Amino acid sequence: MTSPSSVRKYPTGGAGGVKPPAFTDSPSLFARNPSVLIFIACLAAFTLAVTLMSEAFGAGVISTSFVKTLGKTLCLCLVALAMDLIWGYAGILSLGHMAFFALGGYMIGMWLMYARTEEIVVTALSQGGLPATPEEISQGIATQIFGVVGSSDLPLIWSLAHSLPLQLSLALAVPGTLALVFGWLAFRSRVTGVYLSILTQAMTLALALYLFQNDSGLRGNNGLSGLQNLPGLDGTSQDIVSIWFFWASALALGLGYLTLSWVVSGKFGSVIRAIRDDEARVRFLGYPVEVYKLFLFTLTALIAAIAGVLYYPQAGIINPAELAPIASIYLAVWVAIGGRGRLYGAVIGAAFVSLLSSLFTSGRLPDIAFGPVALSWVNWWLVILGLAFVAVTLFAPKGIGGLFDRFQNLRTPDRKGAPLGPDDGSLQEQEAQQ
Amino acid sequence: MRLTALIVAATLWLAPALAFAEGQAAQIIAENRDQIEKPSRQTIGPVITALAASGDPMADDILSAWADKRLVIRKADNALLLATPDGDGLSLSALDGTPAGTATKADLTELKPNAGVRGLIAAALVQFTLTDPDPARRAAALTSIARDPTAETLEPLRAAIETETDPALKAQKQRLERFLTLRFDPDPEARVAAIESLGSDTALDVRAALNPLVATTRIAGAGAPQGQNVARSLTIGRDLNDSEAYALLVAANLAPARLTLQEQRDALLANVVNGTIGGIPVAELNTQAARDRAYTALEAAGTVAAAATDDEAKAALAAHRFFDVYVEPDPTVTDAARAALTRIDRKVSVMQAADLGLDALSLAAIFFLAAIGLAITFGVMGVINMAHGEFITMGAYTGFVVQLFVPDYTLSILIALPLAFVVTFGAGVAMERLVIRHLYKRPLETLLATFGISIALQQILKNVFGTQARPLTAPGWLDGSLTFNDVVSISYIRIAIFVLALVFLMFFLYLMKRTRLGLEVRAVTQNPAMAASMGINPDRINMLTFGLGSGIAGIAGVAIGLYAKVTSEMGADYIVQSFMTVVVGGVGNVWGTLAGATMIGSLQKLIEFLNPSNTLAAQTYMILFIILFIQFRPRGIIALRGRAAGD
Repeated sequence: MTSPSSVRKYPTGGAGGVKPPAFTDSPSLFARNPSVLIFIACLAAFTLAVTLMSEAFGAGVISTSFVKTLGKTLCLCLVALAMDLIWGYAGILSLGHMAFFALGGYMIGMWLMYARTEEIVVTALSQGGLPATPEEISQGIATQIFGVVGSSDLPLIWSLAHSLPLQLSLALAVPGTLALVFGWLAFRSRVTGVYLSILTQAMTLALALYLFQNDSGLRGNNGLSGLQNLPGLDGTSQDIVSIWFFWASALALGLGYLTLSWVVSGKFGSVIRAIRDDEARVRFLGYPVEVYKLFLFTLTALIAAIAGVLYYPQAGIINPAELAPIASIYLAVWVAIGGRGRLYGAVIGAAFVSLLSSLFTSGRLPDIAFGPVALSWVNWWLVILGLAFVAVTLFAPKGIGGLFDRFQNLRTPDRKGAPLGPDDGSLQEQEAQQ
Repeated sequence: MRLTALIVAATLWLAPALAFAEGQAAQIIAENRDQIEKPSRQTIGPVITALAASGDPMADDILSAWADKRLVIRKADNALLLATPDGDGLSLSALDGTPAGTATKADLTELKPNAGVRGLIAAALVQFTLTDPDPARRAAALTSIARDPTAETLEPLRAAIETETDPALKAQKQRLERFLTLRFDPDPEARVAAIESLGSDTALDVRAALNPLVATTRIAGAGAPQGQNVARSLTIGRDLNDSEAYALLVAANLAPARLTLQEQRDALLANVVNGTIGGIPVAELNTQAARDRAYTALEAAGTVAAAATDDEAKAALAAHRFFDVYVEPDPTVTDAARAALTRIDRKVSVMQAADLGLDALSLAAIFFLAAIGLAITFGVMGVINMAHGEFITMGAYTGFVVQLFVPDYTLSILIALPLAFVVTFGAGVAMERLVIRHLYKRPLETLLATFGISIALQQILKNVFGTQARPLTAPGWLDGSLTFNDVVSISYIRIAIFVLALVFLMFFLYLMKRTRLGLEVRAVTQNPAMAASMGINPDRINMLTFGLGSGIAGIAGVAIGLYAKVTSEMGADYIVQSFMTVVVGGVGNVWGTLAGATMIGSLQKLIEFLNPSNTLAAQTYMILFIILFIQFRPRGIIALRGRAAGD
């Protein structure tokens, strides 16, 4: 270990000098983490810029569909933050967090679809001469929603779908409970490392397979659709709705970043980083490791669910393919490319890779001709992404975040040959030396 | 020589009989000309029977011509002739077969027997086809009778059994005779005897013949039905619900139809007076109770028909009883049929269990094949290879490419198996040298890097081979299935996969326990530093082990491709399942992989059997089960103990 005199809080924000790490009377969160203020400022500036260039409130340079893409990207950044917390900080490579994301989306999608269908059904029935009875309305809604899977009964899980507050609480309760139960089962039997990764992957696969059934009560592989139409807002154009959601996503990302910075900067953050680096030692020191992990797993699942709640109304459709294991793997890819163990890394990685993905798979880029063979970006983007990911893992485990370390002149700590812990891609910020 | 002699003898023996009967048919027709020109189902029976019994060789032709509307009357001389389409016109022949020139349609009047008469003719024709000299025609006749059994065919069939010379056809005729007897014989004792003679034969046709005997219909009545064969009496709530029971009452005219909501709505809408219905404002009719009140008011005013209220409906249900009655009126027959079906069902369920066992074994073999390569790389080396699924796909595509160049399926599979091994062995070695070697200390990152490779490989395969499924055709001798009876059967491909899995198990055991390479692999697994100091090159061993695991994945790919469609995503479907197999079985032990595959395979089949409509649900429950299983045996079924267990 380095001597206390050389320990410096990363970066010290002007105070300078020798200062032992203290958690009780430490300066404010922002003083300790200037990156938080920088991030919030960047996000605010970005939000303002997009608003001023949007079709609804500004110059109209940015199309509504691109505003939606940007809003969705912000949601993906939020779920990447959650992934970074669980993987980069706590060392638990969960390959199932997109399941919580999609579950949040399903829950809000149920309300959106129900309320919207209710409007349509009530309007249609009022043409008939008699005012509709509640039975007729619920029958009509059920037929409208479930006709496509050959059913006309509203399943039990839809019984709260009429109410936005109840369904919103479900959007947190369902993924939260799933994470709590699954995490409790997994952590108490000491499933760690790659086993846990595979188990989480199996969880999301099981959920996806279940939802693919027509009698799952969520319309099988049709999924929920028409989610971009907000009930009661027929007069409001999508231009404005998209900006609303963009703002909401930006707000959620800002708040999420703030919360997680606070979570990881204190004593709690030190404990979870210690769990990542040497779980057994933390346990021997008397910390209830399983409780920490379970709390973190559930917290990140909730953040993922909130991101999903904001994402799917902008996407307009959700189906079980969103829960496929590959989605969660992409999430890990974003965080790894951005740089794990640092919150801004996750945001940068998610924004960079997902925007690049939508650019390359949009089919708008011209094909590259190699003599007689034309290579289309749509076909080769995944190959590039896969190989780039391998290259990042092999040669730049710190990802894009490594560039920031260069700017700040942060170096990997020297432990005189001793290993840095199992995850040397994560930022060992307490030890990074200037 | 002997055959010729036999035919000559038969001809000599038959000739006088034929000569004797010749002309009989024409005579019968001449006698019954009126009836034949305007036949009715009620009266024509004896004429057709006489024709069929005449023994005249032309009777067959005449009857089939009649049924096909080719029996014609020439308008010129009112003669009855047989017509055969011939080019634009028709060529005619007399009833004794002698040619009678040609004619156009306009010269002739067709006789058009109605469907009932045609049915009689067809039944009469059965005896000709059943005794036709051509065995193929006799077999076809049997098949058509079996498909559509009628009472009329019973007698001709019985008559045709004696003279049957082909033993296989004779057995078939006897079997069919029993099926017809148990349904159509007028004598109940003969029917019961026929049912009992079937024993507990589980063949599908036996069940198909018995099931109509126990078919029931649902009836409602004030008391027990008289003169009907009651199967059971029904209780409302347990056997049928209120609305079904009431529908039975309505169908039997024992109660008035109830008002549906739609009818009520229509009736209310038809009686809107000044914005009110029955004195209630339309705007208030937004509950069912309010609508009922309005309808009652209309009923009281007499403007709409009275409909049964809930109380009336309840009273009607209470006043009647409901029964299932057999369509078959004779209780001795239904009892015998039910007993036979119970016997058969019991035997069938035993058979089904056996069939399920076979299915489970073959699924286990597939899981084992898909997982054994992984058991080597993950189980022995501790390396997570998420691109394992893509190696399986590469193996299958290798088979596909080989079949493009080698058209002979047997030969192409024999080439494809080693070639797939070579290709994926190479890919595995390359991957180990370029990527995995640098990540041995970082298992999570191995997982991620191999995921990157998996994504890239899958997309490359998609770009090269396209998204549509490619065929990998099994050789002809693997077509079909080994059938024990109508319930238990297993396709030869699955047997081949099972054998292949066994071969791999043997090969793996031999390699690990009996060869120098296996010894070195085990040494490197247990303690690389010590192994290196003993002169083993751990890098080389790791490379070979990884290549071996990948190569086996390639061979598994060829095997899986034989029965599943080859797409770029086929391997990805197996990857999670394969990991589960290895983890459940116990890492680092091939017996564990075998146990894991067996358990997962049989459980999945069992769940599918309990919930047959839904393989997706079966997979879901399977994964849930595995997650719970790991709670209780975190190290799998067969856990390594001591130092070999490592971390």
